[in-house]
Amino acid sequence: MALAQLKQDRTVERDFSQQNISICGKAFVADLSGALYWPAEKALIIADLHLEKGSAFAAQGQFLPPYDTRETLRRLATAIDRTGAKTVIALGDSFHDREGPQRMPAHDRENLKIMQEACEWIWVLGNHDPELADWLGGYTVSEIKVEGITLRHEPRGAWTTHEIAGHLHPAARIVRDGYSLRRPCFIGNGQRLIMPAFGSYAGGLNVLDEAFDPLFGQDSFAVWMLGQEGLYPIAPRLLRGD
Amino acid sequence: MPGHELLPETFLNWFATKGWQPRPHQLALLEKAQARASTLLIAPTGAGKTLAGFLPSLVELSRRKKADLQGAGLHTLYISPLKALSVDVARNLETPIKEMGLKIKAETRTGDTPVSRRTRQRTKPPAILLTTPEQVALLLAHPDAPFLFADLRTVIIDELHAISGSKRGDLLCLDLTRLRSLAPELMTIGLSATVARPSELRAYLVGQAKPDRVTALADVVVTDGGAKPDISILEDQDPVPWSGHTARYAMPAIYDAIKRHRLTLIFVNTRSQAELVFQELWRINDDNLHIGLHHGSLDAARRRKVEAAMAQGMLDAVVATSTLDLGIDWGDIDLVINVGAPKGSSRLLQRIGRANHRIDEPSQALLVPGNLFEVLECRAALDAAHAGVQDVVLSRAGALDVLAQHILGMACQQPFDPEELYQEVRSAAQYASLKRPTFQRVVDFVATGGYALTAYERFAKIRQNPDGRYRISNAKVAQAYRMNAGTIVESPLIKVRLVGRKALKSLNGSGTARLIGGRVLGELDEYFIEQLKPGEAFVFAGETLRFEGLRETEAFVSRAHASDPIVPSYPGGKFPLSTHLAERVRQLLQHKDDWGLLPLPVADWLRLQAERSTLPDAREVLIETFPRSGRYHLVAYPFEGRLAHQTLGMLLTRRLERAGAMPMGFVANDYGLSIWARRDIGAMVSAGSPSLADLFEEDMLGDDLEAWLTESALMKRTFRHCAVIAGLIERKHPGREKSGRQVTMSTDLIYDVLQKHEPDHILIEAARADAATGLLDIARLGDFLRRIRGAIRHVPLERVSPLSIPILLEIGVEPVGNMGREDILREAAEDLIREATQQS
Repeated sequence: MALAQLKQDRTVERDFSQQNISICGKAFVADLSGALYWPAEKALIIADLHLEKGSAFAAQGQFLPPYDTRETLRRLATAIDRTGAKTVIALGDSFHDREGPQRMPAHDRENLKIMQEACEWIWVLGNHDPELADWLGGYTVSEIKVEGITLRHEPRGAWTTHEIAGHLHPAARIVRDGYSLRRPCFIGNGQRLIMPAFGSYAGGLNVLDEAFDPLFGQDSFAVWMLGQEGLYPIAPRLLRGD
Repeated sequence: MPGHELLPETFLNWFATKGWQPRPHQLALLEKAQARASTLLIAPTGAGKTLAGFLPSLVELSRRKKADLQGAGLHTLYISPLKALSVDVARNLETPIKEMGLKIKAETRTGDTPVSRRTRQRTKPPAILLTTPEQVALLLAHPDAPFLFADLRTVIIDELHAISGSKRGDLLCLDLTRLRSLAPELMTIGLSATVARPSELRAYLVGQAKPDRVTALADVVVTDGGAKPDISILEDQDPVPWSGHTARYAMPAIYDAIKRHRLTLIFVNTRSQAELVFQELWRINDDNLHIGLHHGSLDAARRRKVEAAMAQGMLDAVVATSTLDLGIDWGDIDLVINVGAPKGSSRLLQRIGRANHRIDEPSQALLVPGNLFEVLECRAALDAAHAGVQDVVLSRAGALDVLAQHILGMACQQPFDPEELYQEVRSAAQYASLKRPTFQRVVDFVATGGYALTAYERFAKIRQNPDGRYRISNAKVAQAYRMNAGTIVESPLIKVRLVGRKALKSLNGSGTARLIGGRVLGELDEYFIEQLKPGEAFVFAGETLRFEGLRETEAFVSRAHASDPIVPSYPGGKFPLSTHLAERVRQLLQHKDDWGLLPLPVADWLRLQAERSTLPDAREVLIETFPRSGRYHLVAYPFEGRLAHQTLGMLLTRRLERAGAMPMGFVANDYGLSIWARRDIGAMVSAGSPSLADLFEEDMLGDDLEAWLTESALMKRTFRHCAVIAGLIERKHPGREKSGRQVTMSTDLIYDVLQKHEPDHILIEAARADAATGLLDIARLGDFLRRIRGAIRHVPLERVSPLSIPILLEIGVEPVGNMGREDILREAAEDLIREATQQS
């Protein structure tokens, strides 16, 4: 019956806008924006916002368009609205550098505040933002355990389970019909999950880079690539290095 | 002889001992120089152009006294597009200076000049400095520039036609405006091959005092074309293939021609073609002829070696790309072979001019077409060359990203008043129509990025003094300018090092692969190298190589034998067909009487086409539709060049998609394009839904183009170039980067954010202008669409037509546009799901 169902599906456009992902038996929904929703907890998890990266570059003389914070927060607001989340957990590197919060334009601070009024807000600290001032609102933690799942910035070494982390900015590349496509992605093995970077200027690191080796070792892993219209599960054998 | 009084005794004697007469154009230029009139000298290669350019300076310098000096004593700047050309000309200049016993110092200055000498050249410059546009920009962006250029009297620009139509040309013409301000007496001499519209080059050479009203022009001196070239098309026993550009079939004939000549120069259009032809020739090189290879990716030292060997007569043939196009004298070439389509008659004439570098003897040239269409093009080019027709047309406004770079450079020299600088910039012909508000936007861009959201005031690179002048904020800004100056943007290059077998063995034996040392063969695109797996074979520098591994910015390779090595592809190596040649090809198709001039198989091919379908008319555009292996094709033959066809293909595909034809892809070459779809396009257009007139309506260049451009990868690439030139992002300097893993933030991310929040930002405007002129050929496409209004001829067919075959066979050669990127992800995901369900 399941097979027949699938065959039928193929003639219709399959909906890829979100994907169910299970981590140690808990059910999550990955969103095409790069956020992860936890329906049981009504919590939205995002990683590596790198807010104010544009202005950090500007301070070095490269005037990147100053709209990255605005754009990142806008996408975050959309994801909150779409999922109806009551809690937001940011998995570290929320700001590109320590001075980031001070540089944030008033307009963007205001938008952040509005979201924080609607949701409980948890900042997990990362290596780019090892501390955050109180005035930013929300709670600051180095890591947090919810229902047996640990949410932290930097993933632990091999064999770690029950973990959702960020830090690595996973991205995947496939080549098909002469096209090369490189996109941020979720990467996981059912026991742990690494989130794509959410920030507009965050960039990505290819999942075939050796930095990922200790996390998944020889074990199989699964990859979901972010597209414009959906989130696509991709067979690991199709992945290419940069 | 009249005019001889212009030459001092020493010079006349020198000419006499050489047994030469000063040529008329050399004297004409002396006369112009005496009147301080900037002049364009148009002469074919081999006419003694360079000496003509230098004579006025040598004469003046031979009379100059110490007391005449105001500044550092730099008298003449010679600027050429190629480093190699500067070096070569400096060498040639040595001879007359030495033989006449003149006390004139001439030196080169390029990126390769040692730092110590470059520093000395600022304070104690030679009388004549031979350099490149980039070096002039760097010299100007320094506070000592007013002293350095105070005595400057003459600027000689060589191969002006090769510089002026590009961003380097924009940079140079902006530099000229500042040189004129620093040295008001300045006179310019432009040296150029024959061009279709010399007035643009003449305007380039002089300051535009009244940019709104009149275009000032330099004087012009034209020399005769000399003897007519002797050109023929290769006719061979083997038939010309349907498609491809390698001309592999013709190698035995080419080899034979090499044997019968002293020194043969074989020109190809791309670097990968050069590698292929070189390989093929060596495969059949039973007589052990000395055949060399010369292209832009090879290491400079290797290129110098080949050049020297040519000059010394030690080679029988050299396979080269456009690196040898320009006017360097490389010895006694008696045959030029052009493999593949010549693409333009000016280009062909320039290449042919390489043979017999003496004006009064005819050059010998052989054209080798790669496929059937190229036979037509060769024929058309041959006729055009015989008629001496030129088709280089330069017409574009100065680029704004280059202006941004110039403005920062000028601030590095000394604080500038915006109004004064604006007037100075507009005195360059390229920027004559620049509006004041646009100029201010570029200034704001340089200062703080020029965003509507003013966020970066406190980081400003240039700031206004109380008197309104802009100055640089600190010394670091000038430093960054020097690191990023120039207009050539390439993807990062990787050095290719050849590791010997012995070294490799010990390397394998030790177990730990230590890649180190080895001779540098040249540089390759990072993009290509990263596609290789260790152990894979590829062709480079004329050898089959095994890729061993990559370490930081160097790739290590060893010699290998492989039957099927990969040939790297190089971006930007292909030239579109010139409008003039396209016109001639169209006419050739129409005039059946001329087919006798074509090789028999080609004439047969055209006859077959006339029988099965019809031949494209010189005024009409022919559209064929036919089914083929379950798909429906629409083939159009505009003959407008690959770029225009790709753009047309992209836009037609969008329209066909909206019309419900379900297009699947398209392919384009220089002569036409083919689109294939799931639904029967032929039946649809026959029923008038959509009609061909609607499909080819010019308004596709409006919204459709806009919508496509915003998303296109091409626009993103163009944006990256502009962002680097304008200084928004810093150049990558190979070797300076930290090794180890890097999170890559591509400019695509920057583009996406900017496009969304400030789509009319000055850099997007600059990128759009670039894409429209250079990469999309929109002007040409627009002309075409207007020309064919009411003149579209549709021929529905049962099966594929003879004329369409070479186009259809391009499939797999050219990527299929930019559509359906999301589909790739979707299909890959569907595959995975299918796999999973089959397993369960």
